[in-house]
Amino acid sequence: MTTTGENDPRLEKYRRMQRIRQFEAKAEAIHAAGEIPGALHTYAGMEASGVGACIALRDDDYMVGTHRSHGHPIAKGAKLRPLMAELLGKVTGICKGKGGSMHLSDFSMGSLGETSIVGSGGPVAAGAALGAKLQGLDRVALCFFGDGASSEGAIHEGMNLAAVWSLPAIFVCENNRFGMSTPTDKAVAGANVADRAHGYGIPGVIVDGQDVDAVEAAVREAVDRARAGKGPTLIETKTYRYGDHAVNMGRELTPRGPEHDDWVARDPITIYRKRLVEAGVADADLDAIDSAIADEVADALQFARDSDYPVFAEAFDHVFVDRLPIPADVSAHA
Amino acid sequence: MARVTYLEAIHQAQKEEMARDKSVFIMGEDVRCNVFGTTTGFVDQFGEERVRDTPISENGFIGAAGGAAMVGMRPIVDATISSFLFPAMDQICSIIAKSRYIYGGQARLPLVIRSCLFYGNSNAAQHSDRPYSMFMNMPGLKIIAPSNASDMKGLLKAAIRSDDPVLSFEDSTCWMAKGEVSDDVDHVIPLGKGDIKREGSDLTIIGVAGGVNVALNAAKKLAEEGISAEVIDPRTLVPLDRELILQSVRKTGRAICVDPAHMTCSAASEIAATIVEHAFDALRGPVVRVTTPDTHLPFSPHIEKPLYPSVERIVDAARRIIGAERAVPA
Repeated sequence: MTTTGENDPRLEKYRRMQRIRQFEAKAEAIHAAGEIPGALHTYAGMEASGVGACIALRDDDYMVGTHRSHGHPIAKGAKLRPLMAELLGKVTGICKGKGGSMHLSDFSMGSLGETSIVGSGGPVAAGAALGAKLQGLDRVALCFFGDGASSEGAIHEGMNLAAVWSLPAIFVCENNRFGMSTPTDKAVAGANVADRAHGYGIPGVIVDGQDVDAVEAAVREAVDRARAGKGPTLIETKTYRYGDHAVNMGRELTPRGPEHDDWVARDPITIYRKRLVEAGVADADLDAIDSAIADEVADALQFARDSDYPVFAEAFDHVFVDRLPIPADVSAHA
Repeated sequence: MARVTYLEAIHQAQKEEMARDKSVFIMGEDVRCNVFGTTTGFVDQFGEERVRDTPISENGFIGAAGGAAMVGMRPIVDATISSFLFPAMDQICSIIAKSRYIYGGQARLPLVIRSCLFYGNSNAAQHSDRPYSMFMNMPGLKIIAPSNASDMKGLLKAAIRSDDPVLSFEDSTCWMAKGEVSDDVDHVIPLGKGDIKREGSDLTIIGVAGGVNVALNAAKKLAEEGISAEVIDPRTLVPLDRELILQSVRKTGRAICVDPAHMTCSAASEIAATIVEHAFDALRGPVVRVTTPDTHLPFSPHIEKPLYPSVERIVDAARRIIGAERAVPA
């Protein structure tokens, strides 16, 4: 195959990985400059895990993610403007400026939240899968969680429920080797999170999380199985985060051993680009994608900067269906 | 209209709403075996897909109800005893209460989490909680706490039809009490609307959940002494019908808040604070809380029973605040 048409699915994987990488590089730069409030947990190094998984889903399939939330929505196909505006706390943000960096979640793309309570997406994904099943739809729900979350009861409860009810769910553990500063082998019993699948009587699959094609193949098989009514699968993507737990925390929290350089040398975007070129894709075409994405990111940032901050009443909206009144003593000083 | 028990009112509300709307389904521990009689005949009528027994996994299935609600279902979770909500605080507080907000209105969470207040029957501290006030302190959750069969049915139907998450706290001391209950399929009592259960002029007694019935009995006793007590039932704790309470206290000038929960930060505390803050100039005496003291609930009935609000404690409180006023020189 040497076609490089606009809709070539191979290029779409490249495009989405590159979009995550460049979006975050820009976000990190403006965070350092003080333009983004709060914490920023970057996904760089893990792009093949998110994109490989999401490319195996349909637009109407559901996805639940984590506090490291920049990668998943972009992997699922979300537009950048509302995501960048959210990082800046603007009303045009995907969450109207109420979620921020840990909660970039585009429901129009099937997201059901990027939740910053570690492990809490497990039951939600099981429930979305149950909903799809009860509605007679052939949608699946995919839950991303980290190696740290594998120690949370909520993940176990979600997987047990999905397994016992044979729900169309896929649990993707993105094992990036650290929970904040704690190495996985100091926090997670057993050699692999995926081995736990045996206890639920469901398939457990370990996949190279730096290889987008390998992740896609594993998730595609799990999705087919789920759609066929055969229940959930647990997939563990062995991956690595390049950045610290969050950026600009004042000092390095994540200890780096000699393997750090080996992981960076296995950069998921570099690996995939090389594969595409070997398959006949022109370097120039890939450069053109890089350049187009740089424009997309710049446009998103401009859009975010040009957008307004939410009006104060927004703080009282979406607690319930009906907006809450603003207490008079608060509004007097807002 | 028919006279039915509070438990039967729950059964009717669920049955009618499940028949009316296919997106409503019920799940919880042992709902098919129908432990308390609120799901009688459900498996036959609605099938096992819509009447689901869950693993003993409260955080899992309550969170799953949130996930199912987000994709368009309207789950009813029967969490049985309210103490069992504690393992699910994670999903209730971080997912169910906050998802609509944190995602800027993208998420919808129409679900009901039912649990009973299982106190007063020697079930010891781990099964006897009345934890609604913990959830009143968490924005994003509506809370009903009905005191009689008619309110139970009408409020539960409103909760099931609501697009907001609702916690239903069902007082086991009311379970077997019968009342006239409408058989109108649209017997729906709006959330946030309190009710005057007895009119009076000398003082206002605001009751919470089963505390309403204790308050009504106290009001009868006080009437024998020539004291006219008005009894208010907020019925919904979130949103709280503050205006109805304030109107009554502005009329009577005195207030007693009766709540079977522990005293500190109870619903009674919130009601008392509301009265003091907004009707201070109408008050003719101190606002008093009659609650369960801040100790745990023991097994032995001899030391359990006296801990709860009682007719005697309410009557004493009424005499005290009226006496206190009379003691003030003109």
